[in-house]
Amino acid sequence: MTQIQNQTQIQSRFLTRLLSLIRKETRQLLRDRSNLLIGIGLPIILIFIFGYGVSLDVRNIRLALVLDDRSPAATNFVSGLTLSRYFNPVHADSVTAAEQMMQAGTVEGFVHLSSNFARELSAGQAQVQLVVSGTDATRAGSIVNYFSEQVAQWSGKAADRQGVSSPPGPRVEVVDRLWFNVANTSSWFLVPGLIVLIMTLVGTFLTAMVMAREWERGTLEALFVTPVRPTEVLLAKVTPYFFVGMLGLGLCIIAARVLFDVPIVGAPLMVVIGSTLYMLVALGIGLLISAVTRNQFLASQIALLASFLPALMLSGFVFDIRNLPLAVQVICYALPATYFMELIRTLFLAGDFWPLIIKDCLILAAYAAVLLGLARFVTRKSLD
Amino acid sequence: MNQAAACVSATALCKAFEDKKARTQVDALKSIELNIPTGSLTALVGPDGAGKTTLLRLMAGLMKASSGSLQVLGFDVSADPQSVQDRISYMPQRFGLYEDLSVQENLDLYADLHGVPQAERQERYQRLLHMTDLARFTDRLAGKLSGGMKQKLGLACTLVRSPELLLLDEPTVGVDPLSRRELWEIIQQLIDDEQLSVIVSTSYLDEASRCDRVYVLHGGEMLAQGTPDQLRCEADDCAFLAVPAEGKPPRELQARLLDAQEQIVDAVPQGGGVRFVTQRDVDRSALEALLDGAHCQPLESDLEDGFMVLLRRRLGPVEANPEAFEGDGDGRNDEVVIEVRDLVRKFGDFTAVASTSFDVRRGEIFGLLGPNGAGKTTTFRMLCGLLPSSSGSLQVAGVNLRTASASARKRIGYVSQKFSLYANLTVLENLRFFGGAYGLRGRALKQRIGAMLDQFDLRGQEKTPSGQLPGGFKQRLAMAAGLIHEPEILFLDEPTSGADPLARRAFWRRITALAEGGTTIVITTHFMEEAEYCDRILIQDAGKRLAIGTPQQVRELVDEQGGNLSMEDTFIGIVERNRQPEKGAA
Repeated sequence: MTQIQNQTQIQSRFLTRLLSLIRKETRQLLRDRSNLLIGIGLPIILIFIFGYGVSLDVRNIRLALVLDDRSPAATNFVSGLTLSRYFNPVHADSVTAAEQMMQAGTVEGFVHLSSNFARELSAGQAQVQLVVSGTDATRAGSIVNYFSEQVAQWSGKAADRQGVSSPPGPRVEVVDRLWFNVANTSSWFLVPGLIVLIMTLVGTFLTAMVMAREWERGTLEALFVTPVRPTEVLLAKVTPYFFVGMLGLGLCIIAARVLFDVPIVGAPLMVVIGSTLYMLVALGIGLLISAVTRNQFLASQIALLASFLPALMLSGFVFDIRNLPLAVQVICYALPATYFMELIRTLFLAGDFWPLIIKDCLILAAYAAVLLGLARFVTRKSLD
Repeated sequence: MNQAAACVSATALCKAFEDKKARTQVDALKSIELNIPTGSLTALVGPDGAGKTTLLRLMAGLMKASSGSLQVLGFDVSADPQSVQDRISYMPQRFGLYEDLSVQENLDLYADLHGVPQAERQERYQRLLHMTDLARFTDRLAGKLSGGMKQKLGLACTLVRSPELLLLDEPTVGVDPLSRRELWEIIQQLIDDEQLSVIVSTSYLDEASRCDRVYVLHGGEMLAQGTPDQLRCEADDCAFLAVPAEGKPPRELQARLLDAQEQIVDAVPQGGGVRFVTQRDVDRSALEALLDGAHCQPLESDLEDGFMVLLRRRLGPVEANPEAFEGDGDGRNDEVVIEVRDLVRKFGDFTAVASTSFDVRRGEIFGLLGPNGAGKTTTFRMLCGLLPSSSGSLQVAGVNLRTASASARKRIGYVSQKFSLYANLTVLENLRFFGGAYGLRGRALKQRIGAMLDQFDLRGQEKTPSGQLPGGFKQRLAMAAGLIHEPEILFLDEPTSGADPLARRAFWRRITALAEGGTTIVITTHFMEEAEYCDRILIQDAGKRLAIGTPQQVRELVDEQGGNLSMEDTFIGIVERNRQPEKGAA
């Protein structure tokens, strides 16, 4: 009987202390403008930068045209390029002029039609020279592909018009279709990934500062010599930032649906569950950094280097992990952000592929448990 | 052998810190034996680095002892710190108020954490707010309170419930005499009302003399313990007051006495004379020679005298090097080097300094005194040219430093309140940097650095990063950096805040020697007895000039007879007399 009473009494004291600490953390969070700026302002800026500012699509390719042949066939060939939304051609007088334009960087490549283009064409064997600047290899590859596609389309049409049937013999045609990103726009790919970045920022960067701030200002010394338990201090630190992180998630989802028309093919509930798990991971990293460094400046630097930058560069946000050297891949797959990136993209664009969803959720849950456990282990009521 | 009645008892308690870089061990506490009875007021006193804070932290369960045992309220602290922490209240030196929470929110937080029942709170809050005079400010953010008010709020947060044991770590450091007296009234009242056990560490010996029992720590060892009266008796029959013959400044006599360590334990200026403590076996004729005809009368010894006797016995003679300072004889004359007329500084609606005028003459030691928020620091910053004035005129060494050229600035030196040297540069690198910043180079720089190292006893520490220096060394290095270019005028902002009596004696010995050499000194301080070293003092409160003159003249403003009134009582008298009509109106 008394034991039960004691039990409830202990619980109610635990709750009083926890609620009081949460109230304190929330007030501090709301009164410090810089927190709100990082927690809400920065996500909005990131959404606009990555949604509108950054695009991985290859469009508006500036090409110089060197036409040594002014025949109708050549003009017809060129008009196909001019009308394409992928190309922005300009005319150059000679190959030398085109080369100069390339060196000056005003064009990314040039197309050379030699003076016997029409003659060769009527003989059925015309050649067009394409020179592309290879400084950005990915883009150069895309330009070559687009151009070949353009030439193939044009020659098909030209053959139809002349009533010449296709050459005899078996012919293989590639019928391609883009799955999961039907429109092939990079904002579909980037905006879900932003959720990972924003949650990392709020979870790790902001929380890395909070414990360190208390160490620096000496407020923990007074707090420790009260009946308060370390777990309560940590729980109270985590709670308000958890909600700020979820707010970031909400912003991203709204932006994805409203601004960029990104579909959410998978179960929305799984998006929330997956994000919750990753938020706990991010908070765990933040608390751990904070508890170990006890210094705001150091904590913010480490948080940036150990969580935000890897999430940006190594989680597959922009660069495909499978193309990276093996050593870097190992690092990528050690990052919790990588698994959350995979999970969130699958859920947004591909749908409920359960084996992958369950695998990623389990990995994230394990990370969360280990990191939060470590943070609790490191935070002790001791100044030693 | 009444174990039950002891609230704190320690046996062979040791605490060592490891210095990872130097791979050495520092013994912060060496084999401490303590037995503090329940219901008593106990003081821990000792110079910087004596181990006071470490001992309190061990009691609070914030650190683990290296060896030995420590029982607090019947619990073994190292085994069960939480049980102790559930029962005690502790106010660290840097009390962690949440500056972005209001006064009320801070109180609520600590009440919740200590589990104070709602029913008891209102009565408790009212009492604490009344005692601390914070009732008007419950909605104000803690960060916007003045230093003294913050300290009082810290104490109030510590006292939201009646603890079984209250630990206070230097609760009055950096607090002006008025706030200090108020804080002690609060503590005293709680002890009387609730029979608290209180352990307080302090560097003020007048505070320690209020306590039932005093423990004197030094270098991690327990030097002495007993009632204040027992410790005072160490200097019994050895304390005297000497008044020099007409026309001779007491400072000269004080310096002469302090340097004669064979005969004299301690000497400080007091009330126009010099209070000194002799060695017990002093040679009468040697003493007569030292006094040089000054009129001498015996005094009753106080705790500070006893403390100094204990420390001297422990330390032996202290290396002092005042000769290094003696300049080219008498540098004093009546030339006015600082002239301030109707100086005003406003921050928005708030008047920080209201129409203040004064002069400082060459070779003078000029003290700026006032409670927290009186406008001392603002006045100081305007003098140094760090802050423009709103109106009025000021001239330092013939120019206004705000608009003066760099060469004019070379004529002043400035030592700020906070340690403002580069912590990761070594002593030598810091001196080289500051010398270079003032345009010294080559042989001249080398020679000045050498002189500074000698004068401030920094030899042997040249290669130490200044951040790792002990407190007293840091302060000396800051002084050396401020003086490297031989300025005519030296500004010192609370240089002795938090320093122990020994360090302060040494500091003032240097300052008086500098002034003898012709350097003009402008200084702010919280230690009122230090005003006795000054030639003239200016007392400010709420931006207004309340009094100016020699310590004796200021004393006579409060008390016609003047002679025996301490500087602290004088100060409090002047400030309160000025505040009186204001309170009546409010």
